[in-house]
Amino acid sequence: MDFELNEQQLLMRDSAREFAQKRLAPFAREWDEAEEMPKELLKEMAELGYFGMLLPEEFGGLGLDPLSYILALEEISKANASVEITLSVHNSLACQAIVKYGTEEQKKKYLPRMAKGELLGAYSLSEPDAGTDAGGLKSTAVKKGDKYIVNGTKNWVTNAAYAGIFVTFVKTRPELGREGISALLMERNTKGLAVGEKERKMGLKCSDTREIFFSDAEVPAGNLLGQEGQGLKIAFSLLNIGRVGVGAQALGIAEAAFDEALKYSRQRVAFGVPIANFQATQFKLADMSTKIEAARLLVYKAALLCEDGENAAGEVSMAKVFASEAANWVTNEAVQIHGGYGYVKEYAVERYFRDARVTEIYEGTSEAQKIVISRSILKKS
Amino acid sequence: MHIVVCCKQVPEIAGIKVAPDGSGVLPPPGGGMVNPFDVYAIEEGVRIKEKTSGKLSVISSGGPTGEAGLREALALGADEAYLLSDPLFLTADPLRTALVLAAGIKKIGAFDLVLCGKQAVDDDSSAVPAALAQNLELPQVIFVKKFEELQPKMAKVFRMTDDGYEVVETSLPAVVGVVKEINEPRLPSLKGKMRAKSAKVTTWSAADLELDAQALNPSGFGYKVEQFYPPPPRPKGEMLTGTPEEIAEKLFQKLRQAQVI
Ligand SMILES: Cc1cc2nc3c(=O)[nH]c(=O)nc-3n(C[C@H](O)[C@H](O)[C@H](O)COP(=O)(O)OP(=O)(O)OC[C@H]3O[C@@H](n4cnc5c(N)ncnc54)[C@H](O)[C@@H]3O)c2cc1C
Repeated sequence: MDFELNEQQLLMRDSAREFAQKRLAPFAREWDEAEEMPKELLKEMAELGYFGMLLPEEFGGLGLDPLSYILALEEISKANASVEITLSVHNSLACQAIVKYGTEEQKKKYLPRMAKGELLGAYSLSEPDAGTDAGGLKSTAVKKGDKYIVNGTKNWVTNAAYAGIFVTFVKTRPELGREGISALLMERNTKGLAVGEKERKMGLKCSDTREIFFSDAEVPAGNLLGQEGQGLKIAFSLLNIGRVGVGAQALGIAEAAFDEALKYSRQRVAFGVPIANFQATQFKLADMSTKIEAARLLVYKAALLCEDGENAAGEVSMAKVFASEAANWVTNEAVQIHGGYGYVKEYAVERYFRDARVTEIYEGTSEAQKIVISRSILKKS
Repeated sequence: MHIVVCCKQVPEIAGIKVAPDGSGVLPPPGGGMVNPFDVYAIEEGVRIKEKTSGKLSVISSGGPTGEAGLREALALGADEAYLLSDPLFLTADPLRTALVLAAGIKKIGAFDLVLCGKQAVDDDSSAVPAALAQNLELPQVIFVKKFEELQPKMAKVFRMTDDGYEVVETSLPAVVGVVKEINEPRLPSLKGKMRAKSAKVTTWSAADLELDAQALNPSGFGYKVEQFYPPPPRPKGEMLTGTPEEIAEKLFQKLRQAQVI
């Protein structure tokens, strides 16, 4: 067992930390309140290379190993979890979809622009009536000549406002149920594709989430990703690195909350002493840092397993569910340590508490992760 | 256009302490950082390089710690890096440093422009750019906040003064010292960082520069530090007490006494 990070991993962690602390952290509250991140930020992240982290160098990416990538996401999340999910969805879900399942032609057409951040990606699986039960999605694509005609509604599409390409899951053969799902690459300017209003969320407020609608949307048949009927397999396989990314997001939020709580516990005086002198506070800090450390090890290990292939779903789900529950627990305690001040916007823990909540919901709820974990245990034994 | 930027590795300023005997400063542990003013020079160098499809070299004199700063410059877009490292180069004397840098720059070869930060934040002497120009027998313009015009053999720059700025035209090559108003430095790209990690840093010793103990003899420069001492601590603030009206009245009297109002 080796707990040392290699040179590249350290370099990515430190670079992302510098970027996040200089360019993200000081504005986190402002953007949270504006419910928007500035356009120039996306441009700067593009120039710095954050949209090509996992893409092979031949397409202009950095070709990072999963752990280097995850370390960068963790640092970004520490400063701004909304920015983290923007990057995570683009890199883990949209870019990887094409890297893993795209034809040479699709790769050449899209990846260089995605690496440069000229084309941002979204991943559209969920529907109003199909979340955990993704196989129950209702959007359809009917082949007519050299086109698919797509109809339906998708929701919760992260990055919808700025995405240039949507990796979209639809039923090409509804009669086959889950086996009839296929993945399409839909460009933003697709005729018949409309993007809805911005969701007003509890947390991650400056990340963009919207519905998208298809009414007789026309997608060239050449934009089918993989084979017809492979859709659900593609969707779930992408969620591996995606879920480790959510784990890293949760870890980053928890660490940020812990840092604030530790600092505050030394400053706040009650009964004539800093509240850090009370054992009740000390035990909170001890439990918080223990959970963070455990989450970190699970997340990093899951990242390493992602490098080796597909069979890591169980470990990935363990990391995701543990880290996200830890983040919710830790941010809750961080608010508690702040007392009333933890309940108002002047203190960052209020935001961390809200931002942490969704990590137990998206890219599979905690319950869904436990289904995956138990399945992998029962399969093995 | 070939630009050479001088950059110095300085200790993290927040942790610097003056030695109790006043003989110098005690840097905090750690590799330090690139002198913040030099970061503006590097950024300006990268911009000029990009605009003129030119080449950017960076050079640092001192000990091996300078390599970290040079790699940062490489990450930001420098093409070549030169570390002048020799026990003989470890000096707080800006005149000696300028001599070493001049020798290094001459060895690099033909260039059009030398950029420096206006001063280093550790000793704040602000003497190297001018001394460097002297050693290179070139014109110098320091406290530059803008390149208004840049041609192969001529530059027109805005030079900050206490109450405004001067417009200076100089022939090139020249040594230009920049102030922080000149630009907003970028962060290094991830690709740049990865490239810089394994990029070559050429190291030259005193022998490589044909300098010896004789040429670098401290007494030959007429530069001597008498004593280092920290600035006097700030006097303690005064708390005004009373009702808000009384406090306001006291404050008003004090401000009037101080002739602020
Ligand atoms: C901010 C945000 C961003 C998102 N971004 C994206 C995106 O970019 N792309 C995308 O496709 N989706 C996205 N989602 C959707 C997200 O993945 C879903 O919300 C999530 O999968 C849950 O689906 P649901 O909301 O329909 O809940 P449901 O599936 O209706 O679940 C409701 C509850 O029932 C439980 N439940 C359901 N089935 C079972 C079961 N079999 N056993 C036990 N419990 C069960 C769930 O765990 C949950 O507690 C996003 C969501 C949010 C909030």
